[in-house]
Amino acid sequence: MKILVCISHVPDTTSKINFTNNDTQFDTNGVQFVINPNDEFGLTRAMWFKEKQGATVHVVNVGGPETEPTLRKALAIGADEAIRVNANPTDGFFVAKQLAKVMQDGGYDLVIAGRESIDYNGGMVPGMIAALTGANFVNTCISLEVEGSNAKAIREIDGGKETLSTTLPLVIGGQKGLVEESDLRIPNMRGIMMARQKPLKVVEPAAADNASQVSSFEKPAPKGAVKMVDPENVEELVNLLHNEAKVI
Amino acid sequence: MSVLVYTESEQGKFKKIALEAVSYAKGVADMLGTTVTAISINGGDASELGAYGASKVLQVSDDKLAQFNAKAYADAITQAAQNESAKVVIISSSANAKFLAPLLAIQLNAAYGPNVVALPEGTSPFVVKSNVFTNKAFAKTELKSDIKLIGLSKNAYGLKENPTSAAAESFSPSLNDADFSVKVEAVDRVTGKATIADAEIVVSGGRGLKGPENWGLIEDLAEVLGAATACSKPVSDMGWRPHSEHVGQTGKPVASNLYIAVGISGAIQHLAGINSSKVKVVINNDAEAPFFKAADYGIVGDAFEVVPKLIEKLKEFKANNA
Repeated sequence: MKILVCISHVPDTTSKINFTNNDTQFDTNGVQFVINPNDEFGLTRAMWFKEKQGATVHVVNVGGPETEPTLRKALAIGADEAIRVNANPTDGFFVAKQLAKVMQDGGYDLVIAGRESIDYNGGMVPGMIAALTGANFVNTCISLEVEGSNAKAIREIDGGKETLSTTLPLVIGGQKGLVEESDLRIPNMRGIMMARQKPLKVVEPAAADNASQVSSFEKPAPKGAVKMVDPENVEELVNLLHNEAKVI
Repeated sequence: MSVLVYTESEQGKFKKIALEAVSYAKGVADMLGTTVTAISINGGDASELGAYGASKVLQVSDDKLAQFNAKAYADAITQAAQNESAKVVIISSSANAKFLAPLLAIQLNAAYGPNVVALPEGTSPFVVKSNVFTNKAFAKTELKSDIKLIGLSKNAYGLKENPTSAAAESFSPSLNDADFSVKVEAVDRVTGKATIADAEIVVSGGRGLKGPENWGLIEDLAEVLGAATACSKPVSDMGWRPHSEHVGQTGKPVASNLYIAVGISGAIQHLAGINSSKVKVVINNDAEAPFFKAADYGIVGDAFEVVPKLIEKLKEFKANNA
């Protein structure tokens, strides 16, 4: 089985979000970039397929040279090969077109992407890759098993879960649950050394337009001060929620 | 040329997010000088959607679609959009809507704007405002293609009544075997309990609860409020509560009217996840907990003393306001 894991290069979850250039660009100053958490759960599951079922695991990212350390980290965790599509990821539609081409050119059976990236939260790339290539698609996937060309997946739904059966080729939008937090791997020295020898191919993008364009960003309006309630007088909280906030 | 809106239902009853989507669609239709057509799959009565501004309801009634199937549903909505020559298609931000959205976008060759929080800033160019960076910021994005697909954030626009006489029309999309290549084998849904996705009120517990054996406190508070229960990331990582209750940047977002956090300090990732909630209440014994800066109401105190008192007062309130 050939697996392609899509890796988004995103600001660490603790990052302060600021914008520059008249609020038209994300301010990367002082921001540390990481593998998108939803993608890391998928990558770790892919390692399981590699170790238990002999799968080959490639990772891919659409981005400039600055994203290569993130791809090297994925190699250090255990991926066999990395591909960087050398383009600015302008929108989900553009990225999906690039990744669909990588999937088709490489003949991958399974594409594991995160449910969404934690920067733009678009949540559209995995489904679009499936729609563009004709592969099956399961979103918010929290468990995945593959036997031959058959796959069994569990997806999270609002208020529960659903067990699905389908066939390869398959694209999933994954999240926590594919593996546990405690299964995530920190690259060790040997992994890091080996990652330096592994191939990181740079390919030029396919011709594609973006369907959307961010014109500006803004931050939420600052909040008013918190109103403190005496712990001996919780009745006041009930009154405030009813009369002032009008939520009960 | 009407605005098409997909209206979700459960067991033949429209969900609140469906009515909110119709309200929003009516707002967009007014901007464009057109009308709203809804598509409902095994849904409720057309007049319920008329109340919020739909003038026409395409009713799909098909046993094959009894269970949600992203590909088949996307196919049905695509055909409805083509039938109506719709230039704008509105869906919600439910798990199912987000599942089918990218499939729909490719089939319609539409630009997809997810997590939209307000009516378009303008229709030429067509610019939408949406949540990005997990609610830490907003982006204004131009949707450039001829057809636009908008995913509306929950609780962002609200319900707006707009009594319209809705003409019901039966609609039979043509579906093929390939639409069902992902099969549902089993559904395991908690019934009779509010879910984080749909609840108006969410009660959430953190490490301050000290252990899973104390969760009765959270559940009792949730019960008296008719709320869903949730938890912080450490609590789900330690296995006190299931992952499906984890709220935050890598868990679920909460966009409820009221969010009550008990024993949660308020890490930046948690605050991002609940930022879209309207009113936030924090109960924590540490007055320095960062959550107080993000809250509307706060109580510094021991959860094991404050919460039982709060439950008691809420019961009295409910008895007096029944």
